[in-house]
Amino acid sequence: MSKLELQNLTKAYSRDIVPVKKLSLAVEDNEFLTLVGPSGCGKSTILRLIAGLDQPTEGRVIIGDRDVSPLPPGDRNIAMVFQSYALYPHMTVRDNIASGLKMRNLPAGDIQKRVQEASGVLGLDPLLDRKPAKLSGGQRQRVALARALVRNPDVFLLDEPLSNLDALLREQVRADLKQIFADQKSPIVYVTHDQTEAMTLSTKVAVLSNGHLQQLGHPNEIYKTPANRFVASFIGSPQMNLIPLSRVGNDVALGDFRVPLPSGSTAKSVILGIRPEHLRLPREGDACTVSGDVFLVENLGMSDLVSLRVQGDPSLTLRALLPADATWSKENLRLALPPELIHWFDGDTEQRLNA
Amino acid sequence: MTRDYIRERQQRTGWLLVTPALLLLLLVYAFPILRAFWLSFFTENLSTSLEPVFSGLDNYGRMAQDGRFWQSMRNTAVFTVFTLIFELLLGLIIALSLDQAFRGRGWVRTIAILPWALPTALIALAWRWIFNTEFGVWNDLLLRLQIISNPVNWLGTPDWAMVAVIGADVWKTTSFVAILLLAGLQSISQDLYEAHAIDGASPWQSFRQITLPLIAPQIVIAMLFRFAQAFGIFDLIQVMTGGGPGGATEMVSIYIYAAVMRYLDFGYGAALVTVTFLVLIAVVGITWLYLSRLRAKTE
Repeated sequence: MSKLELQNLTKAYSRDIVPVKKLSLAVEDNEFLTLVGPSGCGKSTILRLIAGLDQPTEGRVIIGDRDVSPLPPGDRNIAMVFQSYALYPHMTVRDNIASGLKMRNLPAGDIQKRVQEASGVLGLDPLLDRKPAKLSGGQRQRVALARALVRNPDVFLLDEPLSNLDALLREQVRADLKQIFADQKSPIVYVTHDQTEAMTLSTKVAVLSNGHLQQLGHPNEIYKTPANRFVASFIGSPQMNLIPLSRVGNDVALGDFRVPLPSGSTAKSVILGIRPEHLRLPREGDACTVSGDVFLVENLGMSDLVSLRVQGDPSLTLRALLPADATWSKENLRLALPPELIHWFDGDTEQRLNA
Repeated sequence: MTRDYIRERQQRTGWLLVTPALLLLLLVYAFPILRAFWLSFFTENLSTSLEPVFSGLDNYGRMAQDGRFWQSMRNTAVFTVFTLIFELLLGLIIALSLDQAFRGRGWVRTIAILPWALPTALIALAWRWIFNTEFGVWNDLLLRLQIISNPVNWLGTPDWAMVAVIGADVWKTTSFVAILLLAGLQSISQDLYEAHAIDGASPWQSFRQITLPLIAPQIVIAMLFRFAQAFGIFDLIQVMTGGGPGGATEMVSIYIYAAVMRYLDFGYGAALVTVTFLVLIAVVGITWLYLSRLRAKTE
């Protein structure tokens, strides 16, 4: 049983530079938490605070029922995979993997057994006697993973482990990672700026911006009900259409068209959000539709990303993902906005309005 | 197989470009070395009216019996070993300090290299004054601190004179070693130390298992440079002690200088040069072998 808990964690370098602000969250056994956010949102700093590489200004890090805040990194029984992999260049793959075990004075037989196990899982057996310089990027990545797995730590920390791989390899290693960590019981904290990694790997996602936690939840929850405008714009690709609009009675005016507001809303100005994949060609009985002229078509292979200017207000544009085999006209294309898939945010607070 | 015209052309251009440099090297290095080697088989001194007379291996036989030669070799070895040890230790400590982040580090780094950049002869003169019996700062300091009760003639006492020249050389060239090692330290990624700390390493373990192995190439290069320079040390000794007192600080180079310039014993001087040269080449060669093996190991 090892639960990771962050209580009120704050890191301030100076009065104005505060990368982590009063963060509290918990990661249980078997949970895979991803910290996701743009560069500079504080996600790597959080990882360093958990690891003990940086000292928090305030707050506590608790692993199991132990407050590890005052402990040095080596006494926290964590394992970390670095973005650069941080392999020891003068040691063989075998020694790299065994380093943490040797430091803890495990019997040589145990070390050998665990190194064999980890290298077997990751397919490193033929590489054990090589130096890191003689490995490809993907192989180095696997050595770094093996070094973490072999430790059997209370918490796994991974700092953008896939960002130095090329696109094809990244997808493959992402799938491998999911399988490898499915067998691990300890909590995992994974840092990335790539929302696809966050969505595919995690059981829990923490979206961060500017040192603040924006939303914490299951990937589906984050995708389906983003808590605010930032989360809505950050998660999902292509990006959600987000259009600030003023209220007209119980509706908003979208160019020449009216879209009804959710009942009970009192906000004066609102932001309408709809994902490109949720806009579609109208069917019989669609109440809420807009039309406009197409000015850009981007072919994504399995679908077309279509940009159009809304009739009545050319400054309003919408992007829609339409099936590649569908036929539609470039002029006056009509699209349906399914009301249940529209996200409403308050224009001032940017918080979500509908449930 | 087809001819690789591009490669052939590049090789032709390459040879064309290095030929002038090679010729120059042959002229200023190879020729004097071979000439000295040739001359070492002749007796050419005042007894032969400075005419070269072939005498086979006589010069080398004489060297084997020459107590002053062995004394100078011993002095050189002592000087080389001690300066190397101290310069390496102090250089490493300075490099590790300069590798830390602190305010004004850029300035300190610049100042640290200064002693090495100053001309040796001037520094030697300064140290001679520092160790002067009546007017020297060193005696004054020790007297004030009541460590000694009477002025000591440092450069006039055999053992102290050796300590003094070693001290002066260490003061002057430690910064060179420090800068070389600092370059090595800065090439080590901070991530490695952090990964090692998470692995459970103490700072001392990190120093031994990460820092030392990764700056080993810089250590060997620094030692190689310093060995070659210490083994042929001339200016510092010549100015500070002139090899005295009574030959206590006479290095091989000083002895060679005396044999040739003072005793006009050209043949014998050439034999001394040849032997010294071979010793130097042997040590450098062995180090080079070790270094290339070390490289093969880390790659």
